[in-house]
Amino acid sequence: MNGGVNVVALVVFVLFFALVTVLGFVAARWRRAANEHSLDEWGLGGRSFGTWVTWFLLGGDLYTAYTFVAVPAAIYAAGAAGFFAVPYTILVYPLIFTFLPRLWSVSHRHGYVTTSDFVRGRFGSKGLSLAVAVTGILATMPYIALQLVGIQAVLDVMGVGGGEDTHWFVKDLPLLIAFGVLAAYTYSSGLRAPALIAFVKDTLIYLVIAVAIIYIPIKLGGFDAIFAKAGAAFEQTNPATGKPRGALAPGQAGQWTYATLALGSALALFMYPHSITATLSSRSRDVIRRNTTILPLYSLMLGLLALLGFMAIAAGVEVSNGQLAIPQLFEDMFPDWFAGVAFAAIGIGALVPAAIMSIAAANLFTRNIYRDFIRPDATPHQETRVSKVVSLLVKVGALVFVLGMDKTVAINFQLLGGIWILQTFPALVGGLFTRWFHRWALLAGWAVGMVYGTVAAYGVASPTQKHFGGSAKEIPGIGEIGYIGLTAFVLNALVTVVATVLFKAAGAPEGVDETRPGDYTADAGDPGVEAEPAPVTAEPTR
Amino acid sequence: MPQPPHVDRAPTVTPLRVVIGLCLLAPFVAMLWVGSYARVDPAFIGIPFFYWYQMAWVLLSTALTATAYRLWQRDQRARGARTGGGRR
Repeated sequence: MNGGVNVVALVVFVLFFALVTVLGFVAARWRRAANEHSLDEWGLGGRSFGTWVTWFLLGGDLYTAYTFVAVPAAIYAAGAAGFFAVPYTILVYPLIFTFLPRLWSVSHRHGYVTTSDFVRGRFGSKGLSLAVAVTGILATMPYIALQLVGIQAVLDVMGVGGGEDTHWFVKDLPLLIAFGVLAAYTYSSGLRAPALIAFVKDTLIYLVIAVAIIYIPIKLGGFDAIFAKAGAAFEQTNPATGKPRGALAPGQAGQWTYATLALGSALALFMYPHSITATLSSRSRDVIRRNTTILPLYSLMLGLLALLGFMAIAAGVEVSNGQLAIPQLFEDMFPDWFAGVAFAAIGIGALVPAAIMSIAAANLFTRNIYRDFIRPDATPHQETRVSKVVSLLVKVGALVFVLGMDKTVAINFQLLGGIWILQTFPALVGGLFTRWFHRWALLAGWAVGMVYGTVAAYGVASPTQKHFGGSAKEIPGIGEIGYIGLTAFVLNALVTVVATVLFKAAGAPEGVDETRPGDYTADAGDPGVEAEPAPVTAEPTR
Repeated sequence: MPQPPHVDRAPTVTPLRVVIGLCLLAPFVAMLWVGSYARVDPAFIGIPFFYWYQMAWVLLSTALTATAYRLWQRDQRARGARTGGGRR
């Protein structure tokens, strides 16, 4: 987008990128267990990670390029409405505290690798498990795409993205290279690669945030000046809509949207395959609960990051594509070498989750489509091989997503995935606490939620596009504007309850439940936790 | 918040568990009631109320979750002592 290439920043960026590439391949040897050709090893890091590795892994996983680029971009575009990411991540931790330890326990006892494994075991329904798996894969692809958009944004600002008139191959070449490297080390090292790289990623991110949040306000004359300028900018009328561009605090009309987005996104986050993958890779039940007390450090960072959106306005950053606002702010404010560090933080921040997401989606395919429907007698070795190949295919799919859709709405990619993934909540979380729901009712509820969510999202227009222009719409019966995903979820839950009553009255056959109440509270060291099907080979590497 | 049902004989709902539940529920009430904090004043070091209040809740909710975690450990120890063994 600018004339020249920022050579210093580019060199720093490439150096960090080379460092994590080496780490990514070395990771294959890190904490390696005896049985390396099992899905537990490649896809869950041997289920061996302690509190700190889990903290870095989950942090690297949940706070992504989405954090660094899209959240401040939303603030830059419209102000307060974009800040919902903060209450969203506040609400996530009490939820994790409540249900994830139960999922960990039952998964360890039965060797489950994915949420669909659990759903199949709990409800004895391959159909329901397939629905959960397909939803997971569908929701993850746009999320991976969002990470690629993050890398693209920094490449663009460094001047290596090329202008609009550049040949598409030259324009996308740096992205393709980054992507190829990512695919190669994910293939060879599995979940250990992002776990190791997450250390570098988080160190860089915390460093950049700490510097940005002190250095930039000093240069801009303090927060008073920043918010005064931002407030004035938001009062300007947007020519496309005829309304003010945004506000410093949400008005009456925006409050439902704000709250439903926060709640819906929080409920959705731990339905995502990649969050579950990172959780199941932890060593014990206690590691998860202890993490809910240290993970919010990332939320604080997210809040500070979001404020960078206001700083971009105050600093007079003018970009046509909102995704470029923060990278451009760094380029304008920081000396070149530190801008390079900041760009590396964003770039690596995109690689870690992209790797975990592709692994998680691949595990879903392997366990719940390949093994359940194509080759029931697949050996662990075959499962691992299939997963590795699928992890490549998923990334290609995400690339198609990036090149095929409008990049200025990266945040909506993620929100569309969120609408879908939220529809697996009744089967998963419901199943963790009760066996009351009928498997066919859960399937019916899921179908209704998916269809409503997709149709509603399709019908949202924005000034720049006719469909999928946003994720909020009028809630039927209430009349307020709310998050489509949450409305679909409520609809889904209602259908599930009513249909359960009907199916039970009609005497429809219940599936076989292979779990027992004690499975949900089992911890590492309990009898049966490590003895059952999964080849859990982690102990020696502790 | 639903409390995990238990297999042992001790009562499922105890005062301690109610407190744990409240610790986990409080952030939901505070954050979803957007009208209680959707304003600009008073600002803190130039940051409008809307933003610093929510960021303060990050710290507050962390403290609440940490409290819930401690209480839960105590609950499990008490239960483990009662059933003779437990899971630690």
